[in-house]
Amino acid sequence: MSDVPLPLDQSALRIQELAYGLKVRDVMTRKIFAVTRTCTMRDVQTIMKNNGISGVPVVDDAHVVGIISMNDIMNAFVNGHMDDGVARHMVTDVQTLSDEVPLTFAMSAFSKYSFRRFPVVNQKNELVGIITPRNINLALIRELSRQLDELEDNSGHPEQGGSKPVFHQIYRLTRYDFEHAGRASAELKKQLKARGIPPKVIRRAAIASYELEINVVAHSHGGTFAVLVDDERVRITANDFGPGIPDVDAAMTEGFSTANDWIRSQGFGAGMGLPNAKRVSDEFEIQSGIEMGTMVKAIVYLKQGEQR
Amino acid sequence: MKISELESLGFTCLQDQFEDIDLVGGYTSDLLSDVMANLKEGQVLITIQAHKNTIAVASLSGASAVVFCHGRPAADDVLDAAAAEGIAVFNTPDNQFDATVKVSRALRA
Repeated sequence: MSDVPLPLDQSALRIQELAYGLKVRDVMTRKIFAVTRTCTMRDVQTIMKNNGISGVPVVDDAHVVGIISMNDIMNAFVNGHMDDGVARHMVTDVQTLSDEVPLTFAMSAFSKYSFRRFPVVNQKNELVGIITPRNINLALIRELSRQLDELEDNSGHPEQGGSKPVFHQIYRLTRYDFEHAGRASAELKKQLKARGIPPKVIRRAAIASYELEINVVAHSHGGTFAVLVDDERVRITANDFGPGIPDVDAAMTEGFSTANDWIRSQGFGAGMGLPNAKRVSDEFEIQSGIEMGTMVKAIVYLKQGEQR
Repeated sequence: MKISELESLGFTCLQDQFEDIDLVGGYTSDLLSDVMANLKEGQVLITIQAHKNTIAVASLSGASAVVFCHGRPAADDVLDAAAAEGIAVFNTPDNQFDATVKVSRALRA
């Protein structure tokens, strides 16, 4: 891992960061073709053929109880089961995604499982959409062109857009690499100092940044760490690739830690990292999905408004 | 008391590139998150964690000086990082309790 992020690396990381601002619900297909248990395999095959889709969820009162893929149809066809009800042939152990999670969780899910689609459910566990890699590609392309348009708009009127980023850097963090953890925070501190930000504010931003940086290094499989500074605020986003936090409320409780002895020997693992980061932030958001990763966003206002 | 006066307590100065200002107090802890949460600007940090992360945290929290107890040596990269940040580094054969008592008495003297 080089000490300085390479420009090429930067662009790859930027693509990843595009996805952070999006949630599954922003990109999923809302028009869903679902069937009930009483439909036959032939019904499903007709739906697939007429709509050019390759997977159909089976629902019971809006809850997903199974899924039928093209593969299941083939098997039923070969074995002469096309007039059976879907319940006999559907896969019942369905992996769904919540509509509220960051798009990056969906990306992790696609790389972890061999499924080519995930039914998307809301908080009540009701089917609200379906997501495929195609949705993700389209969303990223759309987001890229939106950002390009923004850049072009801004370049014509440099005096406009009072909150244009003055510093935006993305870092890659590696598991247990305590040697380089803190790089982003040190750079952030330097940037804020150079801009004449009050020391108290710098300290808060740096603490939030450092705690979140250490968290990714100590507790995750690695991830990305983005620091953005504009005239108004510092925005820190830490995204890792897993394993996810089983109990976010517990993790936000002071003194709770899952750190091992080695992490403790590095001076960390007091169970204060997340509470510290939240305490010094003006806005704080955390989302975690088991096996999919954790996203933490912390914002510190640069203007001396609300004293914390 | 000035930072340099820590030497009069039997502490050895390992990194002397710092501005010799008055210490406003001290904080004793080995948990770096705890240090970040509670150490106040201008205090001396008394710890057994003699590594680079300690300097990063001391710098973030505004510590003026760091004392490593139990005679723990500090690697060159630790001292270089401290020099870059202008943080004084000392070590002492004392344990944290004794080092803390010494500093506390000297501050009250």
